[in-house]
Amino acid sequence: MKNRPMTAPSLAEADEATLVAQSREGDGRAFGELVRRYESKIFRLAQHVTQNREDAEDVLQETFLKAYEHLDQFQGAAKFYTWIVRIAVNQALMKLRRRRTDRSVSLDEAIDTGEDTIVREVAAWDENPEQRFSRAEFGQILDEAIQGLEPPYRSVFVLRDIDELSTEETADALDLSIPAVKSRLLRARLQLREKLTRHFKRKGDDAFAYL
Amino acid sequence: MLTCKDFLHELSDYLDQSLDADIRTKLESHISECPNCWVIADTTRKTIQIYKGMDPYPVPADVQSRLMQALERKIAAKQKE
Ligand SMILES: [Zn+2]
Repeated sequence: MKNRPMTAPSLAEADEATLVAQSREGDGRAFGELVRRYESKIFRLAQHVTQNREDAEDVLQETFLKAYEHLDQFQGAAKFYTWIVRIAVNQALMKLRRRRTDRSVSLDEAIDTGEDTIVREVAAWDENPEQRFSRAEFGQILDEAIQGLEPPYRSVFVLRDIDELSTEETADALDLSIPAVKSRLLRARLQLREKLTRHFKRKGDDAFAYL
Repeated sequence: MLTCKDFLHELSDYLDQSLDADIRTKLESHISECPNCWVIADTTRKTIQIYKGMDPYPVPADVQSRLMQALERKIAAKQKE
């Protein structure tokens, strides 16, 4: 038997609430369709949060197994994706904590001290910075910049700006207050901007001011 | 008058266009006169745009087949209950 049975068009087009309802009644194919829709986003999220391929694979699997098991706890009011994101983030943070305690580093450790916004380098970018790099190099710059963020900023940035969840959904998925999401997002964005500026700034255009 | 610090504090909401018109006007008048904040706003906007365009990584076939097998076992076990 193939691992991915052909999905009937009706499944691929079915709306999420229907698929959730069918899955609850034990319809494995309906649940398979939900997995298909979200697996790559969950996998990306897991890789960003854990920064470890093996852990990300575990998180992917555990997320969907737990989701299936606890489907009756899913409240239709939230989006299904937000609900599984919450499961995935919890699983990923657990992995991270396990690894981090080995090295006695705290998960909530922050790099800057109360200052909301630290801006060191201000320089305009090239009009099309991606043209200066190969696709692979460009992707690596983006990935490394994200990896350089502390975990609390990283998870907020990934959910808000890559997965495009709302502030409320992100707060809900990460168990944070809305102001906490906003302040972490601002710091994450500014730190990434700074990291990318090192690669993308216009040649010969050096930092012209400090704040 | 708005300081650069005030501007940076509101930067996220400014870029997300989730601010009231009056504060928005103040921020816009600040960047029209402050080249630093203009550059920061512009490069931060570009940062967000670049990451929004990233595609999710495809799940490798072996990872996916393990996931599907685990799910099938789970579903079969649940049906027996
Ligand atoms: Zn300014």
